[in-house]
Amino acid sequence: MKTNATDMPDQNTALALKAARKKREARSRIYKHIFLLLVSVIMLYPLAWLFAASLKPENEIFNSIGLWPSEFKWDNYTEGWNALPLSFTVFYKNSTIVTLLSVIGNLLSCSFAAYAFARLRFTGKNLFFGLMMMTLMIPYHVVLIPQYVLFLKLGWVDTYLPLIVPRFLASDAFFIFLMVQFFRQLPRELDEAAMIDGCSPYKIFWVIILPLSLPAMGTAAIFSLIWVWEDFLAPLIYLNDIQSYTVPLALRLFLDQEGQSAYGQMFAMSVLSLVPVIIFFAAFQKLIVRGIATSGMK
Amino acid sequence: MKRFLRRNAAGYVFLTPWFLGFFLLALGPILASLYLSFTRYDMIGAPRWDGLGNYEYMFTRDRRFWKALTVTFSYVALAVPARLIMALGVAMLLDKGLRSISFYRAIFYLPSLLGASIAIAILWRQLFELDGVVNDVLALFGIQGAAWISNPDTSLYTLVVLAMWQFGSPMLIFLAGLRGIPKDLYEAAEIDGTSKRRQFFRITMPLLAPVIFFNLVLQTIEAFKTFSSAFIISDGTGAPADSLLFYTVFLFNEAFKFFRMGYASALAWVLLLIIGFFTAITFLTSKYWVHYENERD
Repeated sequence: MKTNATDMPDQNTALALKAARKKREARSRIYKHIFLLLVSVIMLYPLAWLFAASLKPENEIFNSIGLWPSEFKWDNYTEGWNALPLSFTVFYKNSTIVTLLSVIGNLLSCSFAAYAFARLRFTGKNLFFGLMMMTLMIPYHVVLIPQYVLFLKLGWVDTYLPLIVPRFLASDAFFIFLMVQFFRQLPRELDEAAMIDGCSPYKIFWVIILPLSLPAMGTAAIFSLIWVWEDFLAPLIYLNDIQSYTVPLALRLFLDQEGQSAYGQMFAMSVLSLVPVIIFFAAFQKLIVRGIATSGMK
Repeated sequence: MKRFLRRNAAGYVFLTPWFLGFFLLALGPILASLYLSFTRYDMIGAPRWDGLGNYEYMFTRDRRFWKALTVTFSYVALAVPARLIMALGVAMLLDKGLRSISFYRAIFYLPSLLGASIAIAILWRQLFELDGVVNDVLALFGIQGAAWISNPDTSLYTLVVLAMWQFGSPMLIFLAGLRGIPKDLYEAAEIDGTSKRRQFFRITMPLLAPVIFFNLVLQTIEAFKTFSSAFIISDGTGAPADSLLFYTVFLFNEAFKFFRMGYASALAWVLLLIIGFFTAITFLTSKYWVHYENERD
């Protein structure tokens, strides 16, 4: 701390004040930690309870706040996996297909659009950018019915096309926005130098912009992966055949059919459905946090 | 000139997927649903023109429409402030130079990622059952529990609690905003003997206003869109006694359970107008309470 030249107080008083302040700060820091730890426990408790319940025998699940099962019922997992007419292997395979293709579609189409908005000059750019930002606000429910009619006429209901094709058409403006923010930070001199060397805008995109944007791509990939994995409304509408169910639909079926009789198994399958999300979060926490801070969403 | 044309072409080439998506999946459907909203359409025959029939029915005779509006507005009015206050409070605690910040940040953010999943909705149903964990915890404090979800008077609060549990993402945005406030402002205020409370209202709030604004708009839109958790917790119907009849759940049922596509389109348009209205209000009033640092008057 700097002291003002105008009022040089007695050295001892200054030191004493400083020490008192340090002490006060240390104490308030401890209170803060206690409080934050308490909040953390409250935040994590439901998840911990879910995991514990997935290992408990049926009669221990309710009326107990304890987390430790009297015996570990790993059977909940194996039996739950096969409790529905089809095994969860099918649903995980379906979810994986839909998720992977959707992520690829999102990354490609949104990075194309973002590159155009961030780096290229063309007539109508501001208008289109404004329209793109407006689509951020439009709830999916508003376009749902005409989209459904369209996909029904195309014969796409009960296929994965209504889930995947929109993602190849940059339908999630959030990712465009995220990438525009990132592309704008890259030094313009790079493009200009390449342009002078005779590089086409297409080559600049693949050779300069994309390789430099791996962090942004990573953030977009993780978010899109998690959101598609958890997506419920679109699969609910477009997938009627249990053969093609994704994991969230299977969980809902579990709730409707077995939920009242096999809580342990249902919780076990719920835990499994969260595992990929938690793993990705743990592995890519930095990218996720930075992505939210720069784009400010979700 | 030639170079300009070439650049123009590249822009349109890169935007082609977005153009297709925008016209086929956004603008087209929005206009189509405007048309459908003036018709009766059950997906079997062709849409039949009905003029303002759907809107008239909606506003004058459909009790469930008003119920859905009430439920949704109550939810937005409770959940958005609750979540934002929670987010700002925790962000301010985390901002003051704690070393373990990334540990807490991760824990507080995780529920935001998981919150929309069906697994969490299923868990939430059980937590608030009569024999669920929430009542067990309350019993520790000698409080008599209740069947929170099956009682229409309390069911909505369980979803508000779920929304609060997911305060992580606005918290991260607040944290980024708090980082941007120069620390010497607080030091100067401290030397002047300004109370903490006054510091909050005179320094933190004004400088954070753009971020608060941003979070408010986003979270309000998010809250209006709430679907999966309400759908699962209310058995897909809005039960008990329509107390969880979120607007989106109502719309979904009209469209895909009763196949009243024309009516559901009218509902969709009203939702669009409501969200547009709120966003416009927030933007229009923002100039009175949001001041950007580099703003020139």
